[in-house]
Amino acid sequence: MTTTAVREPVRPAPPGAPRRPRPGRVRRIGLPYLLLLPALLLELLVHLVPMVIGIVMSFKELTQFYIRDWGTAPWTGLGNYQVSVDFSAPVGEALLHSFLVTVAFTLLSVGLCWLVGTAAAICMQDTFRGRGLLRALFLVPYALPVYAAVITWVFMFQHDNGLVNHVLHDQLHLTDKPSFWLIGDNSFWALLTVSVWKGWPFAFLIVMAGLQNIPRDLYEAAALDGAGVWQQIRRITLPSLRPVNQVLVLVLFLWTFNDFNTPYVLFGRAAPEAADLISVHIYQASFVTWNFGTGSAMSVLLLLFLLVVTGVYLVLTSRGRRAASDA
Amino acid sequence: MRSVRAAAVGAVTLSLALAASACGGGSATNGGSDDSPKTLTYWASNQGASVEVDKKVLRPELDKFEKRTGIRVELEVVPWSDLLNRILTATTSGQGPDVLNIGNTWSASLQATGALLPWDAKNLAAIGGKDRFVDSALGSTGARGQDPAAVPLYSMAYALYYNKKMFADAGIAKPPATWAELVADGRKLSKDGKWGLGAEGANPSENIHHAFVFAKQHGGDFFTADGKADFTNDGAVAGVKQYVDLMAKDRIIAPGNAEYAQNQSVSDFAKGRTAMLLWQSASANLKSQGMSEDAYGIAPVPVRSGTPGTGENVNSMVAGINLAVFKNTDNLSGAKQFVKFMTSDAEQKILNTAYSSIPPVKSAQADAAFNTPANAVLKDTLASSAAALPQVADESQFETAVGTAIKGLFADAAAGRPVTTESVRTALEKARQQMPAK
Amino acid sequence: MPSSPMAPPRSFLWTRRVVLTLLTGFVLLPVYVMVSSSLKPLADVTGEFRWLPSGLTIRPYVDIWSTVPLARYFVNSLIVAGAATVCSVVIAVFAAYAVSRYDFRGKRVFTVTVLSTQMFPGILFLLPLFLLYVNIGNATGIALFGSRGGLILTYLTFSLPFSIWMLIGYFDSVPRDLDEAALVDGCGPLGALFRVVVPAAVPGIVAVAVYAFMTAWGEVLFASVMTNDATRTLAVGLQGYSTLNDVYWNQIMAASLVVSVPVVAGFLLLQRYLVAGLTAGAVK
Repeated sequence: MTTTAVREPVRPAPPGAPRRPRPGRVRRIGLPYLLLLPALLLELLVHLVPMVIGIVMSFKELTQFYIRDWGTAPWTGLGNYQVSVDFSAPVGEALLHSFLVTVAFTLLSVGLCWLVGTAAAICMQDTFRGRGLLRALFLVPYALPVYAAVITWVFMFQHDNGLVNHVLHDQLHLTDKPSFWLIGDNSFWALLTVSVWKGWPFAFLIVMAGLQNIPRDLYEAAALDGAGVWQQIRRITLPSLRPVNQVLVLVLFLWTFNDFNTPYVLFGRAAPEAADLISVHIYQASFVTWNFGTGSAMSVLLLLFLLVVTGVYLVLTSRGRRAASDA
Repeated sequence: MRSVRAAAVGAVTLSLALAASACGGGSATNGGSDDSPKTLTYWASNQGASVEVDKKVLRPELDKFEKRTGIRVELEVVPWSDLLNRILTATTSGQGPDVLNIGNTWSASLQATGALLPWDAKNLAAIGGKDRFVDSALGSTGARGQDPAAVPLYSMAYALYYNKKMFADAGIAKPPATWAELVADGRKLSKDGKWGLGAEGANPSENIHHAFVFAKQHGGDFFTADGKADFTNDGAVAGVKQYVDLMAKDRIIAPGNAEYAQNQSVSDFAKGRTAMLLWQSASANLKSQGMSEDAYGIAPVPVRSGTPGTGENVNSMVAGINLAVFKNTDNLSGAKQFVKFMTSDAEQKILNTAYSSIPPVKSAQADAAFNTPANAVLKDTLASSAAALPQVADESQFETAVGTAIKGLFADAAAGRPVTTESVRTALEKARQQMPAK
Repeated sequence: MPSSPMAPPRSFLWTRRVVLTLLTGFVLLPVYVMVSSSLKPLADVTGEFRWLPSGLTIRPYVDIWSTVPLARYFVNSLIVAGAATVCSVVIAVFAAYAVSRYDFRGKRVFTVTVLSTQMFPGILFLLPLFLLYVNIGNATGIALFGSRGGLILTYLTFSLPFSIWMLIGYFDSVPRDLDEAALVDGCGPLGALFRVVVPAAVPGIVAVAVYAFMTAWGEVLFASVMTNDATRTLAVGLQGYSTLNDVYWNQIMAASLVVSVPVVAGFLLLQRYLVAGLTAGAVK
């Protein structure tokens, strides 16, 4: 990941600038560490140490009989992991199902967010009347508190009194009878809709920003060569966005994959099977059924998966980038 | 590379040290003490229309307690959506309230954590003895053969609420006493956008309460006598199927109810969209929604045949709220005084009236205030034909697993997919396999 | 295209029109529902959906304050999200400056570790974190659980990784000559940071701040376990409108709008910086 964050090797302040007042040697060496200290301590406190505890928990039988004093909880070795990955048994099967649903959901959501965000950003590259207003409007979904945004969609997705069925069924007569959106198979599409609605403005923002960095003379040169708008988009805009996309897609992927707030507000603690995202699934496995050991084991597996995906992704995209910039 | 290793070693050491200290959990103060005799923290469950309403009901009573004992009670009304999470985290960390409300069906599950003060003979004597409480309510305070983990505070039972005018318009003279009658009446009532009955199809707890009673009526149960999960016996399957069939086959519940989880069925009933409702102690709720008391009648929940009673003629679960004391409270004697205060006749009358529940305390129950026809039905049910949900440690997992399975069955029914004995059995078998292995 | 000498072809203009119209509709639909529902009487919002209210009422806007203690939740959220944002930005600025301007041992470990925390599923460390806070509280007397402080601490670390990540890229793009000149003029390294680098990076910092704020503003899971009645935040508190009686949809919408308006307004005021800000961080 550092390869993306800090592409050029960082040059330390040149040591020998003649008239610079020289701070003490200890201070000079210590300063960067001092600057990093708060971030490091907080990450340790809130993320790393709890995560280590979480990993420890995943090796214990942490059910209601032991949560009160979990020093006494018996070690189960890999027991929790065996239960989680035994895909022929119901717990493992449900986890696998939830995992696959999450993968499908994440791919679709990230893809759509990116597509819609990019399309909107390219459409708004030119100035036209009302552009500022439109840009402001497009950022509204990102600025609404998650709960407010999602609960509004719940309201719209209701079976009896919702707007969606009112439009699809009562007004457009597209369906024979009102559909269910918050339970059953359609819940997946409902979740996807909400996720894209909330997520695309962020992609829009980043891509829009990325577009401003593309040198204009590239377009001019292309135009002189007789390339039309569509060809310019294909040959200049999209390739130039590559580095932006690399970061954007990764971040969107991680956020969407781990998103808890959206499905939780949309469906409550018992999500319908078709939209059983892994974060809520693990929440249910640990908090609702009081089995924190198995829940932790599932989380650790999830974490490993994300680490691998991110690593592979970065290696692949960085290599691609290097090849592209060498060419 | 050396720095990497050093940093890693440092981080791991630090983490382990902190982890080790954290693993100590809440064992620090184990037995409870009287270190801070002047204050108590009380977590109340949400009983009234809203959290704010509850505060208005409870505050004056807590002030009374303070005047009498000098103990200040810090009240927090915890919404149902958060209550179990809060209790679990409090249990895990040892940082919790001194006194708290728990749903009585959680009694055995929470008892198993060992976080709640057991009400042994000595503790019970301090609040007036076991005999003050109604038997059925005491049956829902923890596993059989163990000291109760909590004492009953409010009791409730299910009843059939019916809209008198809609019944009269449809030419129905009296409320149904058997399910066959209910279905027949429901069919007459389900027309012109109105429906016979309401249900909370997406609310796992409501589903459990009904499924339990239906299973009982079919001679089934969800746990064997020695506490093992058994969800697929014929009685349980037939019970669950009969409940879901009210929507799937009998079509007297609107399909839209399959996604109800926030008491929309009560508001449908109050607004005259459904003619019947199976609910526990709905009076206060209906009143606040503007339905006057003479607009609806209350009858016992139907049975398959005959009249409500025991065995296969059970027609309600024992619903209610229990009051528990956290074992590691730092004001043990104050907590007991508070429990005594809350279960005293006077407070029982005030609180149960405010929440339209029935006092689980015999002497309070005898009060004239609880002799209205509505309360008579609930009282009779509690006294003679209500059964406690299984008092086993896995009860809350059972609620989740089976409640969610029934939610799925309702979703099937609503989508027009067939609900068969086989599909019910499959769903319940899947639920059983999610239960902790023993 | 901005500098294209030719006018864009009709096909592009039409596509643009269609795309933007559809998107506007998509974005506006829920917003319209929020606004119109918040002005309807309860009977309207619990009944069949209608595009136009049968009668307008401002009653929901009056009732929201008494159904739940909205004002207190709002203040709590502002304090928590505000403090988390300020701390997160300051800490991220320091860290990013160190990584961007200095070469030191363990730099790679630091960046990789910090960024990898972005992957942790929140549910994995919810309970351990709670335990840790309680133990710190028992050992030192600092109340972290149930207090705003604990929540602030938690949220600021949620946004920290991405903030550091973006700021490193942004600082890298600030020419080094600038801070070297400042050092020559006698500023210390911190002086150079605050007098030169930070002002040059204002857009990036604003972007990070907005991101940090929104992260804290909407979080539900940790807030539901780590707060009590006095410290509850909006994200959890708004759930109070679906009561045991009824779901007060009109009040939910009204309350959502009331609490969102200041945030959206502030957001829109800052968006000019934001657009410039996100570029550098993400691109580098």
